[in-house]
Amino acid sequence: MNGIKDRVAVIGMGCTNFGEHWDKSAEDLMVEAAYEAYEDAGIDPKDIQAAWLGFQYSFGTARGTMLAHALKLDYIPITRVENACCTGTDAFRNACYAVAAGIYDLVLVMGVEKLKDAGVSGLPVSYAPFWGSRVEPPVPAPVQFALAGTRYFHQYGLSYEEGKRTLAKIAVKNHHNGSLNPRAHFQKEITLEQAMNAPIIASPLGLFDCCGVSDGAAAAIITRPELAKSLKKDYILVKGLGLTCGARQAILHDDYDMVHFEETVTAAQKAYQEAGVKNPREEIDLAVVHDCFTITELLIYEDLGFSPRGGAKEDVDSGFFTLEGGLPVNTDGGLKCFGHPIGASGLRMIYEVYKQLQNKAGRRQIKKADIGLTHNLGGHPGHFTCAVAIFGRND
Amino acid sequence: MVGITSYGAYVPFFRLGEGTSAWNTRTEKAIANFDEDSITMAVAAAVDCLNGADRKIIDGLYLATTTAPYLEKQGASIVAEAADLRADIFTADFANSLRAGTLALRAAVDAVKAGSAGQVLVTAADLRVPQPRSEFEPVLGDGAAAVTVGKENVVAEIEDSYSITNEILDVWRTAGDTFVRSAEDRFASEKGYLKILPQAVKGLLEKCKLTPQDFAKAVFYAPDARKHREMSVRLGFDPKTQVQDPMFNKLGNTGTAFALMMLVAALEKAEPGDRILFAGYGDGADAFVLKVTEGIKKVENRRGIKGCLGSKKILPDYLTYARWRSLIDIAPPVRRPPLDAPSPSAMYRERNQNIRLYGAKCKNCGYQQYPPQRVCTKCHAKDQFEPVRISDKKAELFTYSLDYLGPTLDPPLVICFINFAGGGRMQSMMTDRVVEEIKIGMPLEMTFRKLHTVGGIHNYYWKCMPVRR
Repeated sequence: MNGIKDRVAVIGMGCTNFGEHWDKSAEDLMVEAAYEAYEDAGIDPKDIQAAWLGFQYSFGTARGTMLAHALKLDYIPITRVENACCTGTDAFRNACYAVAAGIYDLVLVMGVEKLKDAGVSGLPVSYAPFWGSRVEPPVPAPVQFALAGTRYFHQYGLSYEEGKRTLAKIAVKNHHNGSLNPRAHFQKEITLEQAMNAPIIASPLGLFDCCGVSDGAAAAIITRPELAKSLKKDYILVKGLGLTCGARQAILHDDYDMVHFEETVTAAQKAYQEAGVKNPREEIDLAVVHDCFTITELLIYEDLGFSPRGGAKEDVDSGFFTLEGGLPVNTDGGLKCFGHPIGASGLRMIYEVYKQLQNKAGRRQIKKADIGLTHNLGGHPGHFTCAVAIFGRND
Repeated sequence: MVGITSYGAYVPFFRLGEGTSAWNTRTEKAIANFDEDSITMAVAAAVDCLNGADRKIIDGLYLATTTAPYLEKQGASIVAEAADLRADIFTADFANSLRAGTLALRAAVDAVKAGSAGQVLVTAADLRVPQPRSEFEPVLGDGAAAVTVGKENVVAEIEDSYSITNEILDVWRTAGDTFVRSAEDRFASEKGYLKILPQAVKGLLEKCKLTPQDFAKAVFYAPDARKHREMSVRLGFDPKTQVQDPMFNKLGNTGTAFALMMLVAALEKAEPGDRILFAGYGDGADAFVLKVTEGIKKVENRRGIKGCLGSKKILPDYLTYARWRSLIDIAPPVRRPPLDAPSPSAMYRERNQNIRLYGAKCKNCGYQQYPPQRVCTKCHAKDQFEPVRISDKKAELFTYSLDYLGPTLDPPLVICFINFAGGGRMQSMMTDRVVEEIKIGMPLEMTFRKLHTVGGIHNYYWKCMPVRR
């Protein structure tokens, strides 16, 4: 089995500002992301041979034609991908395999979401969407992760106050990083007290424990490394891709601990194996992870092997994941502050790693950025889809 | 010998009473939670009545109520399914009369006497909404009772009965009415309750050649406490020693269920050999003579009236109650898309797992899982399961969250993971809870509730609740 390591290069990327784009449609957002990526890659759009488009809600059940229409890509194959919050990364992953297989030389990957036309706050999903009989409890996103929060506090003996403080520190960090990012949805610093005293959404999670619901688009242009060399000096390389799906184990198994998400552990294992990462805490220089809620980021630290089990709090307290720390996480503000247009988020994460590895991350640039990781988690505990991608510089 | 072979009851957890702001009366009464109705309360009483019994012995189920959630569609079939009774049984709704409970009892006795059924489960439940600040508001309560009627293991023989029908408008509701209507009180009493119930009792005593002195206890319906006292006198029973407490200041008048609930309370204290006079009223009256047997001592582990009345929580404010009964329309905490209606075909397909609350135990590895799977979640064996009823299994709280934005008439919505004794986990909603008392590891039991009504469909399912003590 040949892995993906060093077989695909990212030569151009684009990302819109994330936020409430009342004056822009999903098509507008795709045009902006694509043309930034074209320019960055220095290619002619006519040379794109195939495209993958990721979105979850934006066009109902529409297809890849939405991208063709917006960008006037004439008669090329476009596949629509939907895999919850992993949509963007999974679109990227499928595109990578087509390039690595030698089927196409130049491929566009687009992730987009237009959430703010839904007319509701939060995600525009009806409750209990799973069974036709609609008896499953309404478990909106904050509750899903709050369930892990309550259990995590219990398992590791954190008082409610201690637990809340730990989560608040993650929110404060991501708000700080977001304040350095001109494209982020939220660019304001917050204090620990603000985070801890915010109204409760789903206990123990308060307002600042929850990420933004945003509009946005992000795009990548990929090719094979031997072709990349002639197009761009500082292209980056795909080192590993892992994706796994849960089978409702967290809900079906009465011994599932709910203080970790096995989907993250297993997706990371696959990606680390491909990339040859043995000690992620030491070898990964930065990670952009799925902090849909602060508790999610806390669990991810442990699930990705950055912190030992139960040890994430200590690393949070020591500042290990700040821009100046040993392993900066969510350098761009994360979902918390950059925002979370579902289908675009995976590609937005890759955009940040791409910029950091190219040393073009502006005020939030970290010192050493050779290996970067992105991570998405979509769905509910027990039946998440998790995607992990690892990237490296070409030198 | 035909008679009552078991009994059970259900009184909701919540009360309006002293401590409820804006309640404006000193009376205490039981009120159903927002997710309860006659069906769910009847199920709770039925399950109490059947505790420890083989549910397969029941040959018929009657549901008596004036507050059936469907006008066209049976309620008894839902109760039978939720109580996990056999399919080849006779189910019927007894409706439209406050006397429906005693009518159902009489029909059950007749069915058993005739030999068409071995054991008939009679359930009665009502949830009548009084108009705020009306004379009914301090009086009407919510609750349910259940008795089984059979020939074997009789705990109270039904020696005889006597019925009268009487056409009168004293209290009534039409299909579109939210609240109970009533005639002028003096008329309703004199030509209705105070006249007809004594006639039935008199007829019965003459038929059986008995006098009030022959009875250890008299159990009879009354619209309110004052008329109950008056009836004791009219019937010639000593209110201090012979008359069952009508529980007006603890429970309230529970309509169709009321007489049977009082009977259950009487049976909880009855001694072998006691003779009980029992009478229901509504569009006429039914009277029964019961004689308690030695078997009464064997009825145990019933929550019953006593257990339920002792386990309660006074609702802190009337506004919450008004919201539960849709008397006031409070905006949801957050703007959300509307609920989707459930699919009747999916509800049909999932009736065993949703209404009977069957899990599946893997015959290969033994792991008990909910909901039932095709491929075992542990050992991956395919289609090797036996159904397990988990509605009567105890559970433990594994983790939870309080959702302050969730779609509920009683925020916060408590979502939790619970682990069942014997194996299996369920993502569940917790009801009848005191938020401050929720903690990981607390013991839970399952309770049948109405999740919501969307598109004219009442969607029933099981929630968990703290074990009632």
